[in-house]
Amino acid sequence: MTKKDDQKPIVFEGASDMPPMSASQGSMSVNKTASWRSIRPIIHEEKCKSCMICWKFCPEPAIFPTSPPTINYDYCKGCGICIEECPFDAITSEKEGK
Amino acid sequence: MSAETKKVRLTLPENEVMSPGHLACQGCGASMAMRYALKALGRKTILSVPACCWAVIDGPFPYSAVGVPLQQSAFEAAAATASGITNALKSLGKDDITTLAWAGDGGTFDIGLQALSGAVERNENMIYVVYDNEAYMNTGIQRSSSTPHGAWTTTTPVKHYRKGQKKNIMEIIVAHHIPYCATANIAYPEDFIKKLQKAKSIKGAKFIHLFAPCPTGWKHGPDKTVKIARLATETNTFPIYEVENGVYKINKKIKNVKPVAEYLRAQGRFRHLPEDELEYIQSMVNKSYKRLEKLEAAFGESA
Amino acid sequence: MKRVLTGNYAAAYGATAAKVNVVAAYPITPQTTIVEILSEIVANGELNAEFIKVESEHSALAACIGAQSAGARTYTATSSQGLALMHELIHWTARARLPIVMTNVNRALGPGWSIWADATDSVSQRDTGWMQVYCENNQEVYDTTLMAYKISEHADILLPTLVNLDAFFLSHTSQVVDMIDQDRVDAFLPTYAPEYKLDIDNPRSFGSLTSPDHYYEFSYKMHKAHEAAKQIIPEVHAQFAKEFGREYGMTESYRCDDAEYLLVTYGTIAGTTMDAVDRMRDKGIKAGALKIRYFRPFPSEEVRSILKNAIKVGVIDRMISFGHEGAFFTETKAAMYGETVPLYGFIAGLGGRDVSIKDIESMVDKMQAEDPSNLIWIGVKE
Repeated sequence: MTKKDDQKPIVFEGASDMPPMSASQGSMSVNKTASWRSIRPIIHEEKCKSCMICWKFCPEPAIFPTSPPTINYDYCKGCGICIEECPFDAITSEKEGK
Repeated sequence: MSAETKKVRLTLPENEVMSPGHLACQGCGASMAMRYALKALGRKTILSVPACCWAVIDGPFPYSAVGVPLQQSAFEAAAATASGITNALKSLGKDDITTLAWAGDGGTFDIGLQALSGAVERNENMIYVVYDNEAYMNTGIQRSSSTPHGAWTTTTPVKHYRKGQKKNIMEIIVAHHIPYCATANIAYPEDFIKKLQKAKSIKGAKFIHLFAPCPTGWKHGPDKTVKIARLATETNTFPIYEVENGVYKINKKIKNVKPVAEYLRAQGRFRHLPEDELEYIQSMVNKSYKRLEKLEAAFGESA
Repeated sequence: MKRVLTGNYAAAYGATAAKVNVVAAYPITPQTTIVEILSEIVANGELNAEFIKVESEHSALAACIGAQSAGARTYTATSSQGLALMHELIHWTARARLPIVMTNVNRALGPGWSIWADATDSVSQRDTGWMQVYCENNQEVYDTTLMAYKISEHADILLPTLVNLDAFFLSHTSQVVDMIDQDRVDAFLPTYAPEYKLDIDNPRSFGSLTSPDHYYEFSYKMHKAHEAAKQIIPEVHAQFAKEFGREYGMTESYRCDDAEYLLVTYGTIAGTTMDAVDRMRDKGIKAGALKIRYFRPFPSEEVRSILKNAIKVGVIDRMISFGHEGAFFTETKAAMYGETVPLYGFIAGLGGRDVSIKDIESMVDKMQAEDPSNLIWIGVKE
């Protein structure tokens, strides 16, 4: 694992503990993008054939390639590509915060 | 996590070098593109990224989403900066690291074209990927020379929409006689990844023109990114081909070509277009594709 | 080893001695012979480096930025229009804290096309964060280039250096230059080993989006690095003098101790001024000369301590900041804030106009006669 994979937030007290230039070493995975979501994709196991097309096209990525695939709701932005692309209608959307 | 996890067949490498939490819009084609590129090339990669959406998507100091070293550069400087990186690696004996220049259409077709031309003419050992979302999206949807005929942007409002065809960047780069040029589309990640892996194995300058829709700028739902990208190829608007050492090959020949109107009507940026414009665009697409077929016939493997 | 070299060759051999890994440069008169000789030096294996024959100065500096970030020591050279074209990346280099060394042959900007000496090109880059040195002779060009790498790469500095020499007066004029044996250079200037670089084992993103929460501190750190440089530059000068016997300062005083009329200047005009000082001394005028080598960081305290006891001070600029005055004059006045010595600003030699010993002597005449509030143009045909 590289340092960019560290999930800890980085806080600087001031100039003295900052690097000399804008050199980013932390991982953006500290930024949980769940709050961007207005719809929540739900995978229905009974319809899922584990074809992994949802995993393939997830732009975050926020889908684990398990069988059936699992959505990482910490990061899913709710774009809905997985719902649109699923050939088996196994993913539906729910309004977030319902 | 599901209670029971079993092994599944994946059509892409499983490794994720790009992390979630990045700042791309919902359904961003460019974020999918980077995910695929790093899957293909792995961690022994150094990125040169000019001003473009990815300058922001990677995240603010002190964070990054890419998991590999990345050098941001000035808007017009992606290819020149990458030239410096690849020559430094050569000089320091680190030839096993891939230099990847990663720029948008603005930084490639327009402001960065000179530096790109210089770098590919010198045949610098690098892969240059332009993720083409057909306008200046990072500054808020202004037209570029990659914006297609008929499109609305904030600088080509509907009463004065973009007139003229987008620049044929592939032909420009092909004219530099580099070993490998290809088009790819985020709707076909297996093809894109295969091309990147091929590019990695070739010494010299490699260029990939990648089609990457922008839901925000094209005015379609974020869920439609892949569908629209696929339509671009299924209508022959964006054909998938490669030119290896001057030899043309159309990698995806569409059997039942769909009408371009189907692609155009799916996007808000073309909503204002009258029927005769759709016909005109169809005729231009036919003409361009015919031209490509002739190139393949003249300079293809069987030629 | 002593060799007869032009200023351009002295710069190129300085970079060669520094064993740069990557050179990226684009030809421009009067810098061209630097590009030519370095091409030969790289081609014949005297220097084991990659030479990127870029398509523009903008790409030259961009390539150096990429290469230096990847851990290489880099070199580029340009002049005038080329430096102006680089401007965006001149800022970039400094803010990225990359210790690139660049030679600039001071040349006027067009229109009309002028290939002759003028410091407007480099002075226009004043606020970019680069250190700037002005050289008076070819030995100084060679030595300064070597020292520039050591100073720029110092962990407490990490700032690029622009080494300036006047078009033709130095760039194309041959002088004897004492070149240092490679093993002694290597001992003085070790291999470049930066802490911050593009490293697959410790991947960082350089130049990320930076909010007001951090940008301000980065700027503060850059300024602090310039302040640190004011301490470190004299240390490197001292080490260089100890090793190689040639002494340099951020400024160089010539017969200043008891001088009543002090002339401040830079570049080749400094040599002429020193000759004029001798002439005036022979005539009984207590003249002195202060050559400013470092324009950034500006050695204010040093300048002030040397000038404060003079009766009158004149500053000669081979450039004009239109609507105001010469830039070195402005800086000198600011350094003298609170002192009562009258200061005179002279503009001379723009676009390569010759500046003679007589011209310099006339400045002292004018200092005796004129109101210091006037900016004095030497030799202008009104």
